[in-house]
Amino acid sequence: MPEQLFQFLVTGITVGSLYALVGLGFALIYNASDVVNFAQGEFVMLGAMAAIALQNAGFPLFLAAIVATLLTVGVGLLLERFAIEPAVGASVVSTIIITIGAAIFLRGVALLLWGKDFYALPPFSGDTPIQLGGATVLPQSLWVLGVTVVLVLLVRAFFNRTLPGKALLACSYNRVAAQAVGINVKVMLRLAYGLSAGLGALAGILIAPITFSSYEAGVMLGLKGFSAAIVGGIGNPMGAVAGGLLLGVLEALGAGFISSGYKDAIAFLFVLMVLFFEPTGLFGHKSAERV
Amino acid sequence: MRRLLKVFGVVSLLLAGIGLAHAADPIKIGSFLTVTGPASFLGDPELKTLQMYIEDLNAKGGVNGRKIELIHYDTGGNTKDAVNFVKRLIKSDNVDVLIGGTTTGDTMAVIPNVEKEGIPFISLAGAVEIIEPVKKWVFKVPHTDRMAAAKILGDIRKRGLSKVALITGDGGFDKSGRTQVLELAPNYGITLVADESYGNKDTDMTTQLTKIRSSGAEAIINFGLGQAPAIVTKNVKQLGITLPLYQSHGVASQTFIDLAGAAAEGVRLPAAALVVAEQLPNTDPQKPVLLAYKNKYEAKYGPVSTFGGHAYDGLMITVAAIQRAGGTDKAKVRDEIEKTSGFIGTAGVFNMSPEDHMGLNLDAFKLVEIHNGTWKIIE
Repeated sequence: MPEQLFQFLVTGITVGSLYALVGLGFALIYNASDVVNFAQGEFVMLGAMAAIALQNAGFPLFLAAIVATLLTVGVGLLLERFAIEPAVGASVVSTIIITIGAAIFLRGVALLLWGKDFYALPPFSGDTPIQLGGATVLPQSLWVLGVTVVLVLLVRAFFNRTLPGKALLACSYNRVAAQAVGINVKVMLRLAYGLSAGLGALAGILIAPITFSSYEAGVMLGLKGFSAAIVGGIGNPMGAVAGGLLLGVLEALGAGFISSGYKDAIAFLFVLMVLFFEPTGLFGHKSAERV
Repeated sequence: MRRLLKVFGVVSLLLAGIGLAHAADPIKIGSFLTVTGPASFLGDPELKTLQMYIEDLNAKGGVNGRKIELIHYDTGGNTKDAVNFVKRLIKSDNVDVLIGGTTTGDTMAVIPNVEKEGIPFISLAGAVEIIEPVKKWVFKVPHTDRMAAAKILGDIRKRGLSKVALITGDGGFDKSGRTQVLELAPNYGITLVADESYGNKDTDMTTQLTKIRSSGAEAIINFGLGQAPAIVTKNVKQLGITLPLYQSHGVASQTFIDLAGAAAEGVRLPAAALVVAEQLPNTDPQKPVLLAYKNKYEAKYGPVSTFGGHAYDGLMITVAAIQRAGGTDKAKVRDEIEKTSGFIGTAGVFNMSPEDHMGLNLDAFKLVEIHNGTWKIIE
C-alpha cells in the first residue's frame, strides 16, 4: 500500500506540474489585463507541434525547441496586435470571447498544417525509468518538474524585482493610473502575451515526449491549466502552481483509491468546492471595491 | 402546320431523350459518410475509395453495360443529418443501393428507414448490433469488436493465462470493446481481476496501471483509439510491468508504433490483413486483393487505411450482386448480397447467409506482434 501511495503521489506531482506550467501562462495575462486568455492551451499545442515539425525537418532537438518557442512568441504577439489591441476598451467579457475565437482559429490552422495525426517528440534524456523508492519516474518528468521550478522562480523574480514586471502588475491594478505614471500600457500588454505564449510553448515542448501532441491537444490542457489557475487564485502565479500540483495529486489519488472512472469528476468537484467556499481561490488576494 | 411541326419536334426530342436515358440509365449508389468531423479519419478514406473504384469501373464500361453514379452526402458525424440524407437518397435521388454509415451511430439511426423502404444497405460501421439480430435489408462488411475481443482472449488462453486486467478509455469504441471482453471472458475461462478506465485525453495512466500491477493479473488488455493506448504502453514500460500487453485493432497503424516507440516491442493486437499485406504467405488468397487495393490507393492518396478497405469490400460485393441479379431490382439485389460466398475482400473472405449478414469469421483478423518497430504475424 505505501508503495502504491508513493507511485500515486509521484504521478500526481508529474501531472500536476504540467497543469501548473499551463496555469502560469493564464496567470500572466490575467495579471496584465484582467482577461482569461482561452488561447493559452493553443500556445501549448503550437509550441509542441512546431518543435516536432522542426525536429522532423532535421533541426537538433534543442534548436528546434528554441525556434518553436520563438515562433509561438511571435504568434502570441500577432494575436495581441491584431485581435486584442483593436478591441482595446472593450469589456473583459468581449476580450475573453475574442480569445476563444483565436483559440478556434489557431486549432484550425494547426489542423490544416499538420492534419489530425498525433506526433511525438523524442525524450530529452532517454526513456529509461528512474527508480525512486518503490515508484518509478521517467527522466522526462524530471525535466518537466525541474523546468517548472526554474520558470516559476523566474516569473516570481520578474514580477517582484524587475521594473517591467512591476509595471505589468500596475497595469492590472489600475490601467488609467498606470498610464498616468508613464507606463506604456500597450507595450505591457504585448509583453504579457509574448511571455505567456513563450511559457505555453515551453510547457508544450516539455510534455510532448510524454503526452504526444495533436492539433486539439491544447483543449484539455487549457481547461486543466485554467482550473489550476482559479483554484490557486487567478492572477497569483504561485497560486497557479500550487493549484496545478494540488489538482494533479488529487486526480491521481482519486483514480488510485476511489475509481479511475471518477478521476476528473473528483478533481472538478474540488474546484467547485474551492470556488464555493473561497471564491477568490486558495491563494487569491481579496479584492475590495473602493467607492 | 408549323405549330404541329413544333409539337412533333418537341415530342420526338422528348422521346429521344427518354430513349437515351434508358439506354445509359446509370446504377445509382447512394452513400452517406462521415468525411468531416471527429470520425473523418474513417469516412475520408472510405469516400476516396468509393470514388476511385467507381471511376475505374465506369472507365471499363460500367456494370451490365450501365454506368455507376455515386450520390454522396457528408453527415459530419451527425446522426440526425444521416437520417435526413438517407431519406433524401431514397425518396428524391431514387438510389438503387446504399453503402455508408461510417459510424455505428449513423448506421443504427438510419436502419428503421432502410427497413421501411426496403433498400439494400451495406454498412461500414463496426458494432455487432448492426447485424444482430439480423435485419432483412442491412448488411455490414467491417470486423466487429467482438471478433477482436475473441481473438485476444483466444491468444491469452493459448498462452495458458487466466487472470486478465482490462484498461479502457471513455470513448464509444473503448466502451463497446470493454463490454465485449467482459461478456466473452467467461467463455474462455478467463477472469478479470481489474477493470480500470481513463479519459481519452489523459496524459498519464500510471495510477491505473499501478493498481493493475498489484491485482495479480497475468496479462493486460487495452481497448482504445488515438494517443491514449500509446501512453498506456509507455506507462507499462515505465512501471517495469512485464506482463503481456494486448492492444485492440483500433491502434493497428504505424502511428501507434511511432508514438509508443521502444515500449511497443512485444505488444500484441488483432489487425486486419491489410496492415500486414506484404508479410502474408504467397499462398494466401487474400494477398493479391490486398496488394492491389493498397498499391492503387497509395499511388493516388498516400498511406492506406483499413477503413477505406471496408468501402472497397462494400462496393465490390454490391457490384457482384447487381451483376448476378442482372439489374437493380432491390429485392433481387438484396437476395444476391445475402448469397455472397467466397468473396475475397480486404477484410477477409465473406460468406454471407440469411443468418449472418457480415459473413466474416475469426480468421479475418490476424494476430500480430510488434517486433523491431514493425508488425509480425503470430498466426
